[in-house]
Amino acid sequence: MAKKMTEEQARAYWHRNLSLMIKLLLVWFVVSYGCGILLVDELNQFRLGGYKLGFWFAQQGSIYTFVVLIFIYRWRMAVLDREFDVEED
Amino acid sequence: MDLQTLTYLVVGATFTLYIGIAIWTRAGSTKEFYVAGGGVHPVANGMATAADWMSAASFIGMAGLIAYMGYGGSVFLMGWTGGFVILAMLLAPYLRKYGKFTVPEFIGDRFYSRTARAVAVLCLIICSTTYVIGQMKGIGVAFSRFLEVDYNVGLLVGMCIVFFYAVLGGMKGITYTQIAQYCVLILAYTIPAIFISLQLTGNPLPQLGLGSTLVGNDTFLLDKLDQMVMELGFKEYTTDVRLSGLNMFAYTASLMIGTAGLPHVIIRFFTVPKVRDARSSAGWALVFIAILYTTAPAVAGMARLNLMQTIEPEPGQYLQYDERPQWFKNWETTGLLEFEDKNGDGAMLYTANPATNELVKVDRDIIVLANPEIAKLPNWVIALVAAGGLAAALSTAAGLLLAIASAISHDLLKGMIAPDISEKQELMASRIAMAAAIAGAGYLGFNPPDFAAGTVALAFGLAASSIFPALMMGIFSSRVNKEGAIAGMLSGIGITLFYVFQHKGIMFVESTAFLGSMPENWFLGIEPNAFGAIGAIVNFAVALGVSAVTKAPPAEVRELVEHIRVPAGAEAAVDH
Repeated sequence: MAKKMTEEQARAYWHRNLSLMIKLLLVWFVVSYGCGILLVDELNQFRLGGYKLGFWFAQQGSIYTFVVLIFIYRWRMAVLDREFDVEED
Repeated sequence: MDLQTLTYLVVGATFTLYIGIAIWTRAGSTKEFYVAGGGVHPVANGMATAADWMSAASFIGMAGLIAYMGYGGSVFLMGWTGGFVILAMLLAPYLRKYGKFTVPEFIGDRFYSRTARAVAVLCLIICSTTYVIGQMKGIGVAFSRFLEVDYNVGLLVGMCIVFFYAVLGGMKGITYTQIAQYCVLILAYTIPAIFISLQLTGNPLPQLGLGSTLVGNDTFLLDKLDQMVMELGFKEYTTDVRLSGLNMFAYTASLMIGTAGLPHVIIRFFTVPKVRDARSSAGWALVFIAILYTTAPAVAGMARLNLMQTIEPEPGQYLQYDERPQWFKNWETTGLLEFEDKNGDGAMLYTANPATNELVKVDRDIIVLANPEIAKLPNWVIALVAAGGLAAALSTAAGLLLAIASAISHDLLKGMIAPDISEKQELMASRIAMAAAIAGAGYLGFNPPDFAAGTVALAFGLAASSIFPALMMGIFSSRVNKEGAIAGMLSGIGITLFYVFQHKGIMFVESTAFLGSMPENWFLGIEPNAFGAIGAIVNFAVALGVSAVTKAPPAEVRELVEHIRVPAGAEAAVDH
């Protein structure tokens, strides 16, 4: 069982969590709403094999990125939990 | 062996498996009934979540929608997967830390109000019920098409199976059957896709096949598809926008936020032992979902191409109706496929022009269900697709029914009406609630209300506009109070229902639509199914506004918020 955090530590921990989250959600937004919808016409000028690039982001690339994002979050949070000594036993 | 016998055999074998699991996983306590004892491995929970999540709509409906919408169908692909990213970061770990049994219970505690809990129960029942009707219909339809039994008999068989494992085993029984159902449905989805990808492109991975060249020449599959649909007068497959970019944006957002706010998905994360398991479990769930969701666009594009090439083997040469293949005849008898010889030449003319098009009806559900037949795959593959469709519908129905039953027995009965009942009595009550929920859903399946079509998309809009914002503000703000949360939930779900009814009719009776379903009347050109995102914004705005002018929450609520933000000391899910 981890020891109790001070209020200051708790605030710092939450702050670090939020900033990680914001960075990852930015990527989440860019690959789906950005590459898949808003910029789709521009990206469609490029190709990935038989795929137009924007179409590929909308139907393939965004989904792969989502999976990677969740595992990065899990990994970075595990590191953060250790650093602040708030891991579960 | 003929197809019929084989289908009975495969479906029978999967049902025996589900019943065997039910007997093995009988629930002995409320904790087992509500959260499977809280000890499910994160990978196992990920698999169960994937089956819980992927419904008849994902399995049967989605590829068909994409096949007809082309690029516009991407809203379903991104919307129904991207929601797991926000679920994993914004909700699941904190709700797991809080460690209780139901979603309304968290809302009731965090907003220190029985009224808030009751409003949450109401929102939960509205969105879960609209969702479960679609599943019951899916079960009935799958039975009647593949086993050629009556729709009602099929529905009854499906209800008995769900009754057996859900009432006996609760969440515990549901979890382990969902794992088995995932395996069945993913095999049933990917095997035909691999076969078809090999046939068309020589590449066994459908995800790569869709981006490859066709066998025997160096034209890319997608280029060929674009060229063929445009020759028939349709819009280009890979760039066909759904109404407008803004509408696609709102639709995707509605589905994403709705995904993160659906109670039957959230409660799956209460079954894992630790906070960090909740994080990784969301990742595993998305891995298992992504296997189907990245295959679906390939199924869609390849099926559309196969269908068109069957009807029009050479440019300008249409298939004679008398020479139509067996699968065409089979699907004609179901009424899902219709041909009308408008110009009397006996050939099947397929074009985008409704005046001359002779394939007057091609139901979108056929794309997945008839795909193996169109591609001339062996019978056992077709039998497997039937079992897969049933697995998808059954697993989602069971998860939804559990969410409804636990809201009734745990939140309404134990939480409000009779707090003094013993655990044994509550367990009995939860079983009765489950049986009642199955009976109710079955009733709606036997007498599908007029609004049954399109209800699944609506369920997302409702969850997005009511439950998700309340949960997120409950975690990320310690200032939002009970007045704000209640007003926010009611106005969010209220405005979404209002918008849908206004354009589609009250309870979907079309004659009562007071603004008509006319796209010109849509707010910023956003279709009703995509309105959940706007409802969510209204919910956030109202909740923050009302909270700012009313009293701050008491100190113990601020402590609760501090408590759930840090993983240490995430005790197993406990009952008070």
